[in-house]
Amino acid sequence: MDFKLSEREELLRKSMREFAEKEIPPRMEAMEETGEFPVDLLKKMGDVGILGVITPPEYGGTGMGNLARIIILEEMGRVCPAIPMALQVHHMATQALSKFGNEEQKKRYLPPLAKGETMGVVAVTDPTGGSDVAGIKTSAKLDGDNYILNGRKCFITNSHVSDFWVVIARTGEGGRGLSAFIVEKSFSGAKLGRKENKVGLRGANTGELVFQNCVVPKANLLGHEGEGMNIAIQNIGETGRPGMASVALGILNAVLEQAVKFANERTLYGKSIGTLQAVQWHIAEIYADLEIARLLVYRVGWMRDNNIRCDAESALAKQFACEAAARSARKAIEIHGSYGVMKEYPVQRLLRDALVTIPAGGTGEISKLVMSRHALNMFK
Amino acid sequence: MRIIACLKPVPDPKHWGRLALDPKTKTLIREGIPNIINPLDKKALEAALQLREREGGEVITISMAPISTKPVLREGLAMGADWSILLSDLAFVGSDALATSYILATAIKKLAPYDLILCGDQTLDGCTSLVSPQIAEFLDIPNLMHVSAIEAQTRGVFRVRSQIEYGYMLVEIMPPMVLSVVKEVNEPRYITLMNILEAERKEIRVWSSKDLSLDEPWVGLKGSPSQMADLIIPTMKRKGEILQEEPLEMANVLADRLHRYRYC
Repeated sequence: MDFKLSEREELLRKSMREFAEKEIPPRMEAMEETGEFPVDLLKKMGDVGILGVITPPEYGGTGMGNLARIIILEEMGRVCPAIPMALQVHHMATQALSKFGNEEQKKRYLPPLAKGETMGVVAVTDPTGGSDVAGIKTSAKLDGDNYILNGRKCFITNSHVSDFWVVIARTGEGGRGLSAFIVEKSFSGAKLGRKENKVGLRGANTGELVFQNCVVPKANLLGHEGEGMNIAIQNIGETGRPGMASVALGILNAVLEQAVKFANERTLYGKSIGTLQAVQWHIAEIYADLEIARLLVYRVGWMRDNNIRCDAESALAKQFACEAAARSARKAIEIHGSYGVMKEYPVQRLLRDALVTIPAGGTGEISKLVMSRHALNMFK
Repeated sequence: MRIIACLKPVPDPKHWGRLALDPKTKTLIREGIPNIINPLDKKALEAALQLREREGGEVITISMAPISTKPVLREGLAMGADWSILLSDLAFVGSDALATSYILATAIKKLAPYDLILCGDQTLDGCTSLVSPQIAEFLDIPNLMHVSAIEAQTRGVFRVRSQIEYGYMLVEIMPPMVLSVVKEVNEPRYITLMNILEAERKEIRVWSSKDLSLDEPWVGLKGSPSQMADLIIPTMKRKGEILQEEPLEMANVLADRLHRYRYC
């Protein structure tokens, strides 16, 4: 078993780190203040290939794959986790379109996503609750050549920075009564609702989409009627959870760097606090969390690139990495003492960012349901 | 147009804290320290790529380094170079700037005809600034250092801006020539994912001493007139002084100290 990254992956990491360290910091203050995604960065990201990493080459991407995607998100997240939060949802939209779109839909919607002309959105969560996908109430009724959508979607990342959205809505009864639609912002009845004011991952725009007799052409049905649940679950499991786990991985990298830096520089009792066992234990635990999370997340990337089904592994990576990011950020604050809760120091932001990753893209409890279902069948 | 960019892999400054000295050989122990393209060489490569975009032609990178540095050359290919040459041989070990320049120049002669050879003014590790003028001497072609801009050519003549102490010179110069660049020359482009994939299909040719007609006395330790006498890591000490005067008088004392220590 070779745990080394390939030459391609090492070069990718290096070049993504350079991009992130140069382009993101000048925009971070504004992002923290306004909560807005820096849309001026989109074109640059498109040119470098970040946005089309899992888009097939014939539609403007590179198709470099899921492990490459994870590396990109990790490096972006190491500098500012809000950026990969927005990117990972963007990639969810490209995955849904690539896997379930017909040729016309792919040709129309994938290239602008790859080039950075717009951000991608997958809107699943109704006010009835994101964990209860089968309980979605947003409706889509067939009327001649169009579907008419009514309802609301909330906590939608990239809601206000996207020209079109993949929306899951109800066309029938029960779990098999959900369908997926590509809804353009310009369609009659499609509206932008409120913007959310999150405590963390500020700079990943989150908001509400409102559909009031929204007219969606039949041609914009993604996949088949009744396939919506399948599309949503696959999208979240194959792309959403690994994406969120990668955001958390970026946070873990930053947490360890900040903790080590402070531990080496801060002196108490005439020596650096990194020589004190209590601090060393915290550092060791943060290091362990980072290494374990990285192994779990990279494994999911490898499994996806080798077309191996990995629902449980993906849920595990997401649940573990996000919880690890939050507890490690908390430990880093302990290491910093009172400095840790001052806004000038990044560790407080990292804790706030980590907390937002926990429910985003599926709660930890839902991930545990997925894992337990898998584990309970393991020895049959 | 054939443009050759000289690239040197150097230890990544982010890891300099881990560099150690070998007290016997008085050299740096580089094992385990990741390498990067010397930053000014990266700018030289960027200048080469921009020239190719304007004038057409090909860009070749050339390096004298251990085989293990191939990934660094791959990075140059991912920036956009067409192909690379890696000069690698145990016989080259211990080469100083002169021996290195001789080996590079001998290899470059094999690539004739060429138009421009671009280097960084100096490297992060050696900092000698000798290689570009020495290559030019060996090739018997003009050399211009401290280049901050290479302007478009007209009828085969390039206008090149070279920094001097309080300004710059604007020089009209015809190829072939060796130019070495300073940090103001450009900002290197980002490596794109597409180019990373393309770089895997590009060639890195490895040449050893067998592929070059080298004069043995000019190569390696034997060919190096500069020998390392000593290499020390200086201890940084700071003198702290607290001024006790009243603010107005303190300003005078401070200004006097700054003037005396030649900070202004």
